[in-house]
Amino acid sequence: MPRARVIFSALGLAIGGLMVLPLIWLVMRAFQADLATVIDMFTRPRTLQLLGNTFALVVCTLVLATAMALPLAWLVSRTDLKYRRVVNILAVIPLATPGYVMAYALIGLSGNFGFMNQVFGFTIPRLQGLWGATLALALYTFPYIYLNLRAAFSGLDQSLEEAARALGATPREVFFRVTLPHLMPALMAGWLVVGLYVIGDFGAVALMRYEVFSYAIYLQYSAMFDRVYAAWLALMLIAIALSVVWWESRLREGAHFARTGSGAGTGRRRLSLSLPGQFIGWGFVVVVVLASIGLPVAVLSFWMVRLDDLPTVLPALVRAFSQSLSVAVPSALMAAAMALPVAVLAVRYPSRLSTFINRLAFVGYAVPALAFALAFVFFSLNAARFLYQTQFLLVTVYALSFLALALGPIRSALYQARPSVEESARALGYGPFSVFAKVTLPTIRPGVVAGMVLVFVIAMKELPIAFLLAPTGFRPLSITMFSRTSEGMLMEAAPYAAAIMAFSALFVGFVLRHDKKAG
Amino acid sequence: MTTLPKSLRFKMPAEATPLGFRPAPKALLLEIKRLRKHFAHGDAPAVERVSLDLGEGEMLALLGPSGCGKTTTLRMIGGFETPDEGTISLHGEDITSLPPEARGIGFVFQDYALFPHLSVLDNVKFGLRKLPRAKAVARAQEMLALVGLSGLDARKPHELSGGQQQRVALARTLAVAPPLVLMDEPFSNLDAAMRVETRQEVRKLLKAAGSAAILVTHDQEEAMAVADRIAVMESGRVVQIGTPDEIYRNPVSAFVASFLGRSNILTGTASGMQVQTEFGNLPLSRAANGAVSLSVRPEQIMLEPDPDGTASVVGREFRGHDQLFWVQEGERCMLVISGAGASIEVGSKVRLRICDCVVPLA
Repeated sequence: MPRARVIFSALGLAIGGLMVLPLIWLVMRAFQADLATVIDMFTRPRTLQLLGNTFALVVCTLVLATAMALPLAWLVSRTDLKYRRVVNILAVIPLATPGYVMAYALIGLSGNFGFMNQVFGFTIPRLQGLWGATLALALYTFPYIYLNLRAAFSGLDQSLEEAARALGATPREVFFRVTLPHLMPALMAGWLVVGLYVIGDFGAVALMRYEVFSYAIYLQYSAMFDRVYAAWLALMLIAIALSVVWWESRLREGAHFARTGSGAGTGRRRLSLSLPGQFIGWGFVVVVVLASIGLPVAVLSFWMVRLDDLPTVLPALVRAFSQSLSVAVPSALMAAAMALPVAVLAVRYPSRLSTFINRLAFVGYAVPALAFALAFVFFSLNAARFLYQTQFLLVTVYALSFLALALGPIRSALYQARPSVEESARALGYGPFSVFAKVTLPTIRPGVVAGMVLVFVIAMKELPIAFLLAPTGFRPLSITMFSRTSEGMLMEAAPYAAAIMAFSALFVGFVLRHDKKAG
Repeated sequence: MTTLPKSLRFKMPAEATPLGFRPAPKALLLEIKRLRKHFAHGDAPAVERVSLDLGEGEMLALLGPSGCGKTTTLRMIGGFETPDEGTISLHGEDITSLPPEARGIGFVFQDYALFPHLSVLDNVKFGLRKLPRAKAVARAQEMLALVGLSGLDARKPHELSGGQQQRVALARTLAVAPPLVLMDEPFSNLDAAMRVETRQEVRKLLKAAGSAAILVTHDQEEAMAVADRIAVMESGRVVQIGTPDEIYRNPVSAFVASFLGRSNILTGTASGMQVQTEFGNLPLSRAANGAVSLSVRPEQIMLEPDPDGTASVVGREFRGHDQLFWVQEGERCMLVISGAGASIEVGSKVRLRICDCVVPLA
């Protein structure tokens, strides 16, 4: 076996081990309980209630998000709706508002001093519970489903639909029997992303005071100090997330939707909308945009205007911002450094081992953030005390948790870099590692940069992991904004929320740019 | 294209040899013994006991259909695949387990594999890392001049045409003066006209540099035009090796006969240097006995118009310098090449006569 392969495999295994081993301490902590306690925990009405709540939240969010995303995707890719390019951008922008900022905006509407009372003169009750959480999460996550559906619409071979029409199916039948089945893989991919996000979300549900697993874990851990129960809840949360992943991959298996046959696919013809049709279409767009973009922008501006002593807030804001930076930058670098050997293994040395390592690399993405962080808390407390509450541990956990994000663009860049280019450098006398440094790395640089930017921006606004692993005195933007909001200090939270939104807008700009390149 | 003087363009390459002449054996450069490579369990081996040798400065073509193991053989020589069994030695030294960078063998890839992030000059200079910078630049420029690309130093690979990229790849490989250059389908990405011109240039450059070369190709015309010797591969084995005209005249099997040029396969009963066939008693190119298959080249068959003939022309392709006929004789369809002069229409009755010795096949 070539030496390079051995070394890359060893690195990959080390990273995979780092990803999975701490989960062992989570299990160990959970099994400190005796059997009767465990049975009691599982059968506690509260546990069942958490399970029911989590399930209800996932279903409601998916339904609402799909109800927004599917018509938008159809309007943009299948009709001649006016200014649909603008709609395409408007439909992705909500990604810039993290769930907890969206929750802040919804909460900021209510109350005597809230937006509705001050601007329109009537008070609405504080939004909370299932509906509040559903709204906050769906308004933020629907673009993930939209992006998947739009890609599926443009990849769908229109001659299939035409063939169905020629065979006597009505447009309605065509939609349900041909179009929808072909959209299912994309829809499920979108549901998987959103579902995992909802299961793992902490900020929005906590602000909406809706008791699902992650919120309960947080309460157990921080307020009640019942760490065994917290460990069990985390394990149950992981089990739910993994069963969602498993269920999605099972459904996808055996589905075959690519076109067979070699004829050229027909070009796309758009449904021509009549004038009322254009109005209805734009009416829908306006409602979605008002709710998903207008609402947070309006509420934030409302509170920002009220904030009269901005100069006194500014130093604290800058401090929080630089604390966020001090973690996000090294996390991005570390995630890229970890993703490189894993990607090289996948692309250049495919084997069962490299497939296994690449699966492990996704563990941090699939395991809900709070459970993942909890595992590292137990791990550092019991096995590596010197790491507990250090910045280094926080950075490492961020890098592991977002490894999958960095891996995507790096792996596709490597797939595009031809192996023969590396081989000719070998034939010209360079060893495998100098080839990697002199040839491979410069070739895949755009992918590496893309991966780092993705991790960087996500880490800038991350909340749950920071909550559990924050070093003493570490108060980044997200934590500051969250704790002020949960204490009802909406005005004081506003500048932090604005900073997070502005920063997330960068992320969306980045996604849009890549989206344009890809399509 | 290179700026060769016009007067040189259509001359025979200087080292072209009269047909049938075999150059005196040169010092042995590369020796491959019983090379074997198996990729997936259960599949047939990709390369099965391939043995070859190559003299200094010699050009060998590995010829065969896709999937015959020729590229795998080449990649094992280059060090990009590890053989399961067998040995490779260069200058009498065993290099079987050396990594590619330690072999000093040049490799020209089918897609040229130029470094996209480096300029043309830096590409050519890449392998010259042991030279001081100034000398490396001078050497690279010299190589670029040799392939006729002076003045394109600063270009990036994607700003070059396919033929130019090909020559940069060759200059990059030859810059380090390797004793042996391996080329994987080097002309397949060029259009037909460029291919013919480029392959003679490449041959000249390699001969001028004194480098031996092994060329992998599935194009028999290319193999015959460029190589001193051809090794024909089929299902992972070398089935015949020899000079182009040896193989063309004396194919050992129906596969070789039809892969190198076109061939009619007949059956007959041989005894010694004679064989009895439906075309009468014919001389054999080598002794054989009993039932044999025979290869008859289309140009070995004479076509005579004859209203009482038993054969009839069923197809004709006029090719300028000659013409190709498909002639139905009973159950059999024969391929015949005649000079451009004969005017025989499709449908006319003809008689076939074989006018040379025929080749018994294994």
